[in-house]
Amino acid sequence: MIKHLLSGADLDADTATEILDTAAEMATVAGREIKKLPALRGRTVVNLFYEDSTRTRISFEAAAKRLSADVINFSAKGSSVTKGESLKDTALTLQAMGADAVVVRHPASGAPHRLANWVDGSVVNAGDGTHEHPTQALLDAYTMRARLGRLAGLSVAVVGDVLHSRVARSNVLLLSTLGAKVTLVGPPTLIPVDIAGALAPAIDVSYDLDSVLPGVDVVMMLRVQRERMNDSYFPSAREYARRYGLDGPRMRRLPEHAIVMHPGPMNRGMEITPEVADSPRSTIVEQVTNGVSVRMAVLYLLLGGNNR
Amino acid sequence: MTAYLITSVSVVGGPPTDLLIRDGLVAEVGPGLSAPDATVVDGTGLVALPGLVDLHTHLREPGREDAETVESGSRAAALGGYTAVCAMANTSPVADTAGVVEQVWRLGREAGLVDVQPIGAVTVGLAGERLAELGAMADSAARVRIFSDDGHCVADPKLMRRALEYVKAFDGIIAQHAEEPRLTEGAQMHEGEVSTRLGLIGWPAVAEEAIIARDVLLAEHVGSRLHVCHVSTAGSVEVLRQAKARGVRVTAEVTPHHLLLTDERAETYDPVFKVNPPLRTAADITALRAALADGVVDVIATDHAPHAVEDKECEWAYARPGMLGLETALSIALDVLGPQWDLIAERMSRTPARIAGLTGHGVDPAPGVPANLTLIDPAARRTIEPAELASRSRNTPYARMTLPGRIVATFLRGEPTVLDGKAIK
Repeated sequence: MIKHLLSGADLDADTATEILDTAAEMATVAGREIKKLPALRGRTVVNLFYEDSTRTRISFEAAAKRLSADVINFSAKGSSVTKGESLKDTALTLQAMGADAVVVRHPASGAPHRLANWVDGSVVNAGDGTHEHPTQALLDAYTMRARLGRLAGLSVAVVGDVLHSRVARSNVLLLSTLGAKVTLVGPPTLIPVDIAGALAPAIDVSYDLDSVLPGVDVVMMLRVQRERMNDSYFPSAREYARRYGLDGPRMRRLPEHAIVMHPGPMNRGMEITPEVADSPRSTIVEQVTNGVSVRMAVLYLLLGGNNR
Repeated sequence: MTAYLITSVSVVGGPPTDLLIRDGLVAEVGPGLSAPDATVVDGTGLVALPGLVDLHTHLREPGREDAETVESGSRAAALGGYTAVCAMANTSPVADTAGVVEQVWRLGREAGLVDVQPIGAVTVGLAGERLAELGAMADSAARVRIFSDDGHCVADPKLMRRALEYVKAFDGIIAQHAEEPRLTEGAQMHEGEVSTRLGLIGWPAVAEEAIIARDVLLAEHVGSRLHVCHVSTAGSVEVLRQAKARGVRVTAEVTPHHLLLTDERAETYDPVFKVNPPLRTAADITALRAALADGVVDVIATDHAPHAVEDKECEWAYARPGMLGLETALSIALDVLGPQWDLIAERMSRTPARIAGLTGHGVDPAPGVPANLTLIDPAARRTIEPAELASRSRNTPYARMTLPGRIVATFLRGEPTVLDGKAIK
């Protein structure tokens, strides 16, 4: 097993599949009366969050606690280069406390890579800047596999602000590794340059959502911040929603079996309408549930729970 | 003054000969010289070049003496084979008045290791709003001729036009940091495959090329001299090539790191590789090397940019851009160009001295010329250890790389500043 989980690229197909299979076993724990395993008893997991992210933090916290690990929540929000402790000093502090794993969320891309240089324990990237969010990609893959029975050969459209999306980068890498076909859809201003060369040569890019929808098994809507219009990525929220938002009529262009995903939090009325978000095709709530199982699997495997 | 007899040395790649240095000048050049009073330096196997001249050095004093001082930077320069450096204006306070440039100039004289020629800011406080007192700096004891807001682009086209025009009165030159600021807001590295993969905001090549294209047209329009700092893209080379073919009075420099390192170095997120303009692609390196050989790019300049440890040992986005260069530039040039000594002398000494108006520098050793020269052992190879550098800072991108060439000695007006590879003071 790998030591750190910093990027979707850290996972080969076998490792990723092992995590998903382990997550499926972990999911059975959630159905029990006592939702707890002793696997990480005596181990310390630190949640180091430099950004507000209640949903990701509590997902990791629940995962660690269900494995009986000791959990320390270290909220460093407001810390920056000018204020507060440096990342290195924080890392040395965590090291001194004997953290076995550090789960880090940080506004700067690459911060988990830097952290991994300074601590002995495992580092799990819980979202870094506009770079990656690998456990989100794992839970998305888990959800697709659970709903559709497979990943190889699936056609997945990832729609929206790919440029600023760490979810998109991790999903492109992981889904490509697992044999799914990814199409990125959005206005050209929000598709980063040289994306295929950067991440996976086999991906497609389309600027036309309507033409893509009939051929996909999964459509994953990304959160789009309304403020992006202030930087001329698109003219207005209304025009964005009209061209790239998923509404009822667009949803009905999808094949019968296709599912709709969203990593949350949603901008209802922007990239997705309530009709779609609350439809039976939507897996949004399942994604949250699956997130805990997948993070249990990641912590369990990274910390060598299977060797003890 | 001590006389020095350098024996069996190759002057700019020529056959072995002797050099006699006396009273600050090269007294004689020729085989079999004898001078009983002279200290003999065995030059066997060594190459003598006119002392290197750096058009682009950050000495950090006044303001960030924790990162570098005029003295420590001068020592690094001498150890790198330099006899003159041009000190950039982005100090604190900014070198935008006669007082500050004279202070830097005087500190350079006191250190006495290289000639420190201050560069003056173009605009007050580098703010890009109104012209600094360029004439006062030109008339000061520092005799400033190069003006630059380096670190910032003079982005306002009207201000750039005025600056180019104004300095004609005293044969000045504007050295532009070519970066369209609206295209590089928040930029962290070269915009391309690697920035997309790493999720770092891209610094597109066009942000440099657009400003160079505008500036060569402005310089042509007003008949002024323009110098382009740290050219980093293949597209910039093409813009410069066309401008030079039309006769525009433009010169350009490239840094050693832009000749050797690519944007893939960012993959580690180690900010020692963060620099502005950013490291580019292999195709850019190929174009820059070709431009250096054919003269479209005139000069290798270091952009020596010392930074304190805490400004680099952090997240990439929070780190300051810049890397050390003075003590490694000649080795990179040798690595990139090979032993083309005349070309190296042209790009690292003669041409920069001419652009900066530094008479007495950039002149090949010959009887009667000031003895500003450096001796290089081209056969030596050395592994770069950050802790062994003379700079106060440690942010070299070449740590643990093995590079060719070693500076054995440097002479400033006949006095050694470096002997046996060690600084004299």
